[in-house]
Amino acid sequence: MNTVPLDPKIFQSDVPGAPIRKGFGEGLLEAGEKDHRVVALCADLTESTMMHLFRDKFPERFVEMGIGEQSMAAVASGLAAMGKIPFFSSYAMFSPGRNWEQIRTTICYNHVNAKVVGSHAGISVGPDGGTHQAIEDIAIMRVIPRMTIIAPCDSIEAKKATLAAAQYDGPVYIRLAREATPVMTVPETPFSIGKAQMFFASEGKLAQIGIIATGSVVYNALMAAKRLDEKGIGVKMLNLATVKPLDQEAVLALANEVEAIVTVEEHQRRGGMGSEVAEFLARAYPTKQAFIGVDDAFGQSGTPDELLKHYHMDIDSIVVSAENALR
Amino acid sequence: MEHLYDTQIKDLELKANEIRETIIEMLIEAGSGHTAGPLGMADIFTALYFHILRHDPRNPDWPDRDRLILSNGHIAPVLYAAMAHSGYFSIDEARKTLRKFGSRLQGHPHREWLPGLETSSGPLGSGLSQAIGMALGDRMERGRHSNRFFYCLLGDGELDCGQVWEAAMLAGREKIHNLIGFIDRNNIQIDGFTEDIMPLEPLKEKWEAFGWHVQEIDGHNFEEIVDAVNEAKAYFAKPSMIIAHTIPGKGVEFAERRFEWHGNPPGKGPADVVAKEAQGEEMLRELRTLRGRIKSEHE
Repeated sequence: MNTVPLDPKIFQSDVPGAPIRKGFGEGLLEAGEKDHRVVALCADLTESTMMHLFRDKFPERFVEMGIGEQSMAAVASGLAAMGKIPFFSSYAMFSPGRNWEQIRTTICYNHVNAKVVGSHAGISVGPDGGTHQAIEDIAIMRVIPRMTIIAPCDSIEAKKATLAAAQYDGPVYIRLAREATPVMTVPETPFSIGKAQMFFASEGKLAQIGIIATGSVVYNALMAAKRLDEKGIGVKMLNLATVKPLDQEAVLALANEVEAIVTVEEHQRRGGMGSEVAEFLARAYPTKQAFIGVDDAFGQSGTPDELLKHYHMDIDSIVVSAENALR
Repeated sequence: MEHLYDTQIKDLELKANEIRETIIEMLIEAGSGHTAGPLGMADIFTALYFHILRHDPRNPDWPDRDRLILSNGHIAPVLYAAMAHSGYFSIDEARKTLRKFGSRLQGHPHREWLPGLETSSGPLGSGLSQAIGMALGDRMERGRHSNRFFYCLLGDGELDCGQVWEAAMLAGREKIHNLIGFIDRNNIQIDGFTEDIMPLEPLKEKWEAFGWHVQEIDGHNFEEIVDAVNEAKAYFAKPSMIIAHTIPGKGVEFAERRFEWHGNPPGKGPADVVAKEAQGEEMLRELRTLRGRIKSEHE
């Protein structure tokens, strides 16, 4: 697997950032322009989730739900039953946090084509505190049959993921983060559902450590990969935008090559992307693995940087975890 | 849909009785399932499938059909029985396969496996939201003059669910003219009488306060059922809710009005009147010999 093209400025300090959710908003607008079946629903967070771009252009295809996430999922199911392609959004804590059963029964069991969009996922929501930091959402979506899960790493990838989700026939959960995230990918970076991408591969030395990251912390993982490489440790780093279905081929190839794998996600260690990887490798190719994620705890208020450091998701912590995994 | 002639009423009453028989036969064969609700809703389902709905059992995906969304999926036996008698599948399939391994007739409806179902349901409280979603999708395509109608059937115990009221607010705001709900107001839920478990009254006023046009009817009187739907269809400014007062277990005297029959099939109900082993046969005997009794109560 070759590395994909990224922004050449990415390893400079002044790389521009943009919220991942912004890419979603732009992608939804474009999906709506391309396909009249695309409709949108939101539970009183239309600007926060960047759905206002769609609402302002297509008011007749937008349904304001008020603060009713449970009903929102089922209304989306009904719209899908009539041939629409509904995207429904809120904070991830509330959707899919509050409406899990409606998503399971009326969307996945029912096998309709609706898309769950959870914004403000992860601890980097920051000052709002633990109540608003969804770090269980991948786990609860991952266990539902038929659900596809995509956690884009930056705004450009989020736009591509949204357009791909609109074309994909079936339930999708798109996980978004609030804060501005460095934009690593470029329009030419390939994206397709179910495919991991090689973001970094050491040149001239064998890879000892494999890093697999998803969503908003992919940037930190990429920086950690670069730093490990500079320290003389061979490293390969995968961006696993699609958590489910897992790109088994890419993960297996990586496991075959390296001594240990480090998974990085803004999520509970239990049940998240790392678990998806571990459950697969335990069967296919048992591999030593370090899990970077929140260790069975809730989040708290703080700046995103403070919180990422506290929960060991910052660049330094990823480097240390990788080094420890090689011992 | 015109007003009913007397002969039509008689035909519908006979059909409802056949459907009740099929329900009991299904439950006896299945050995589990709900008895009270399906019997209580047999008249409304008969009116819907044999007079009200625009549908084609030979072409279940017909785009112009009306939609029937069953929210309280546990009364599936009455839905299956009405569908079988309409011709969606054989009555024999209904009698023999309910709740069996590999059956299309799952314990609670599974849309994917059975043509003619609009949705899967069972977990309570979600049907009205789905009906609203369908009606909004319809409006986006066909505008406010659409003449496809969306019927949602709810249980009264189900109204304990907060999601129902989220949906009620939305439909009220959207003034969905072609959404018609039926509440099976049979006053029972698993743990007892609704007004003891979680009072719902004043129920009519609640729905009116949420922006609905509300009618109350005798859910066993075909003229009232059909007239109420006619009025609901003629009422453009609001969605309509029909609170149908029904007798749980209707048609089998020893099961009527008793919440112990909510979730039990013949053979597993309360044994104080009829011994468990005799319940199935006794139910069928009552239904087969007392044809016409339902009509006489309303004369």
